[in-house]
Amino acid sequence: MTLIDLANPSKFLALTARALPWLAGATAILLLVGCYQAVMAPDDYQQGATVKIMFIHVPNAWLSMFVWGVMSVAALGTLVWRHPLADVAAKAAAPIGAAFTFLALVTGSLWGRPMWGTYWEWDARLTSVLILFLMYLGLMALWRAVEDPSRAARAAAVLTLVGAINLPIIKFSVDWWNTLHQPSSVLRMGGPSLDKAFLIPLLVMAVGFSLLFMTLHLAAMRNEILRRRVRSLQMMQASQQAA
Amino acid sequence: MTSLGPYASFIVTSYALVAATVLILIGWIALDYRHQKERLRELEASGVTRRSGRQATEI
Repeated sequence: MTLIDLANPSKFLALTARALPWLAGATAILLLVGCYQAVMAPDDYQQGATVKIMFIHVPNAWLSMFVWGVMSVAALGTLVWRHPLADVAAKAAAPIGAAFTFLALVTGSLWGRPMWGTYWEWDARLTSVLILFLMYLGLMALWRAVEDPSRAARAAAVLTLVGAINLPIIKFSVDWWNTLHQPSSVLRMGGPSLDKAFLIPLLVMAVGFSLLFMTLHLAAMRNEILRRRVRSLQMMQASQQAA
Repeated sequence: MTSLGPYASFIVTSYALVAATVLILIGWIALDYRHQKERLRELEASGVTRRSGRQATEI
């Protein structure tokens, strides 16, 4: 099946109906295994048991940026290729991305208090992630403000691509500026600096949360297609009643 | 397994918040699906059909 085949909403809905139970099952298994490994992981010699927050904070932080990346590709799909499902994918991803970003901020704050002595610091990493969260909210507001989905899609696509500038700023903020937030310890030159006892549970949780995103995203896209079907049927009904 | 130490409340709150937010997301998406299917059933009952001629709730 190609991307062009998926342009047909009926085919996409049929694929979603088949894929969702498998994705949901795989997500549940991976997150359960990840949580078990997180509970059993040893304490860090400096951070003690608070290192367990890393297993949920880091996957949410990665996904906060990854989801915006997915929306940026979808925005190109809307503006350049005019793929019919591109704006459906972008609109469906925004609330999920906002939730991951919210969780990255809150769990980071709860990790920061015992380790740094403060819940919040206006350093480059924290501030740029907060801006990402506000951009998600702005995008969701834009989708709600414009009634015509195709007009909203174009405006949202432009805003999404402009907002994508923030992604490298978030990623490299810890290298470009002197931040309270630690530098990257997994996705770095020279390989991960984490011990396997922490790295393996972290990667299991990261894959689990990524599958969670795929599951929720497909389900939300299915809902958006149905919402548009409702809208077009309501318009047909209104025109029939007017005639 | 080790004890969570003096910062147990921060760790437990973090995990609880993540679990609650994920459950809210799942619930919101599931409720939205039910809502859209319900609206399609109502439109189908009122006699509106898709341009393809298929039922509103049919995939």
